[in-house]
Amino acid sequence: MALSGLDIYKLLPKTNCRECGFVTCLAFAMQLAKKAVSIDKCPYLSKESKETLNAQAQPPIKMVTIGTGDEKLEIGNESVLFRHEEKFHRPCGIGFILEDSLPETKLKENIARINGLNFERIGQQLSVNLIAIKYSNKDKFINAVKTIIANTKLGVVLVCDDPAVLKSALEIAKERRPLIFGANKNNLAQISGLAKEYNLPLVVSAGDLSEAAELTKQLNSQGLTDLIIEIVNKPVASRLWDLTQIRRQALKKSNRSLGYPLLVAIDQPDQFEEVMEAATYIAKYASIVLLKGIENWQALALLTLRQNIYTDPQKPLQIEPKIYPIGAANNKSPVLITTNFSLSYYTVLSEVEASKVPAYIVSVDTEGMSVLTAWAAEKFTPEKIGDSLDKFGLKDLVSHKKLIIPGYVAMLSGELEDKTGCEIIVGPKEAAGIPSFLKNL
Amino acid sequence: MATEVMVEKWSGEVSVVSIGATKAEGGTRSSVIKVGGQKALPYLFEEGQLPYRPVIAYEVWDISPQDWPQELISAYGAVLKDPLAWAQECVNKYKAELLCLRLQGAHPESGNKSPQQAAEFVSQLLKKVSVPLIITGCGDDAKDNAVLPACCEAAKGERILVGSAVQDNYKTLAAAALADGHNIIAESPIDINIAKQLNILISDMGLALERIVINPTIGALGYGLEYAYSIMERARLAALAGDKTVASPFICFVGQEAWRAKEAKTLAKEMPNWGPEKERGIAWEAITSSALIQAGADILVMRHPLAIEKVQKYIGQLMEG
Repeated sequence: MALSGLDIYKLLPKTNCRECGFVTCLAFAMQLAKKAVSIDKCPYLSKESKETLNAQAQPPIKMVTIGTGDEKLEIGNESVLFRHEEKFHRPCGIGFILEDSLPETKLKENIARINGLNFERIGQQLSVNLIAIKYSNKDKFINAVKTIIANTKLGVVLVCDDPAVLKSALEIAKERRPLIFGANKNNLAQISGLAKEYNLPLVVSAGDLSEAAELTKQLNSQGLTDLIIEIVNKPVASRLWDLTQIRRQALKKSNRSLGYPLLVAIDQPDQFEEVMEAATYIAKYASIVLLKGIENWQALALLTLRQNIYTDPQKPLQIEPKIYPIGAANNKSPVLITTNFSLSYYTVLSEVEASKVPAYIVSVDTEGMSVLTAWAAEKFTPEKIGDSLDKFGLKDLVSHKKLIIPGYVAMLSGELEDKTGCEIIVGPKEAAGIPSFLKNL
Repeated sequence: MATEVMVEKWSGEVSVVSIGATKAEGGTRSSVIKVGGQKALPYLFEEGQLPYRPVIAYEVWDISPQDWPQELISAYGAVLKDPLAWAQECVNKYKAELLCLRLQGAHPESGNKSPQQAAEFVSQLLKKVSVPLIITGCGDDAKDNAVLPACCEAAKGERILVGSAVQDNYKTLAAAALADGHNIIAESPIDINIAKQLNILISDMGLALERIVINPTIGALGYGLEYAYSIMERARLAALAGDKTVASPFICFVGQEAWRAKEAKTLAKEMPNWGPEKERGIAWEAITSSALIQAGADILVMRHPLAIEKVQKYIGQLMEG
């Protein structure tokens, strides 16, 4: 639980020395509670108070970074159990497990396929994040690590519990800030030594919550904090329980030893079952999901789900309100009006493109609300639409005076006609009707 | 030291809705499907009872389906041309335990069948299959208000689930469901307050809360799934905290939404980077379902037999605990 200003005040010297820049210790405490100022500003803090306050200042779930540069993956720092309470902050990393026994050519082929798993959806670029290589044989593993390092920019996960082999692999991969996967109760000392030596993030695998907490405490005492917890393979509902428990313990009980991002590695031979299980953990609290299937349709579905779940519920995805010419639009092309809610715009866009009829789409600023919601909230009114058309300079783009409005807001027709002097054509209710509508216009 | 688990104590529970009536209960169905009854969040068995598994209803129509993508058409084949045979195939071949009949043929633009014709179809269907039924209208309010009461009467005593009642059009349907002993679907536009309000309005007419199923109007994966997902989570949290007016099971029309998605329909030759359309379409429907199951979905109305098979298996794994 977060400390209140008064809780913090009790830990301060209460001398009102003003050296922190505040008139009283209480004023300083209030700013600390808001996280608006650093505790280092107080030179007279006792060691115990400082530790308590430092712990309090850290986020309840540690942020961990894997990889470097543009492709780096930052996970953790989550603050809620349900997305409607605030939002889920750092999208779950999606990665793929490759076996070191793959022949070189096949390995390269798979890496190339994984590199290609990125898609554009509603104006966002969606990409997978990690390639995990699994150890079975020293020479093969080392060669595979070399091949991966040379052929992908994605984050690298070294799945290896043999310290000697891992050390050789780390010599090759260390510049890429790979994730070490990992430590367990049997090899903790040796593997953690490597994580410390190379200053790298480490997955710690445990059979249950208590064991996980115990292991992270031990690692913490050695100064390792870039940790990720894996609860080893269990039935789906048991895993859900563990994932939920760890998130709850971290957020509601400030249990530091469980305040780390969570990783799930899925072992499901059936490709559909594999994606459904992965979907479950994307929704419920995994910060990394590793799977074996590298089919494009699997990645497209999972990245789309991640996009949905991690969308800020208070801030719908929006696009810039303006006039978008589609295809070779000219001064005779039809003009379709919609909102600036990304989903509305991109749905209309894809249907207009499918129709192959060049057109203009006018995206009216509805603060990211969809057509009907915006209409109900009076953000999609004849005045607002008319003003947008003036502002965007529609009359300089087209020589006709016809506007197409969504079928759901047919009731705007009369007023919009008065306001703009244009002929109002009521389009289909569903975007799917746009192609045949435009062709028959 | 062992970590002490945090167990949430809930005071409320979701209503149990029973669909279908056997001979002993005055109907002719071979089984009764029960949904709801949860005393914990989805699949947290350690926290409270989750007595009934989510069920999947095969979506069937009273006419040959229009605008279904090729993958769905070929999954069923020629049987789609004969709606009664189609429904029988779902039960006999695919072992459907529940059917959701959509009376699309009554729509003014899809044949405009009369209420008598629709009711006659329902009577025949009840003779051909013995599983419990969900019946939904064609979406044209005026027409549904004529058609659905006639179908409720034709199914009198069978305890069907009928829908959908909406905030400004619920009285006719609620009265029909009340008169003929059915359950009702209360549909709200991704809005928890309207869902609550509509449940109160319907129960004020005398239809018990235990006879209402909420349709939160879901979007498919990639098409607003997260809105209904969060509405369902909020409603379920409120239900478990003791608010009886939103403590209804959820019905999610996954098939109709998922198969409208561009990602489910577009051919691989148009979007090579999306992979083969067959698996993609099935995955789109299956993942829309599995995500909503995590938000508390109780009844999933689905279309593709393979997607249904996969989701059934997933549900089986979840219920193993």
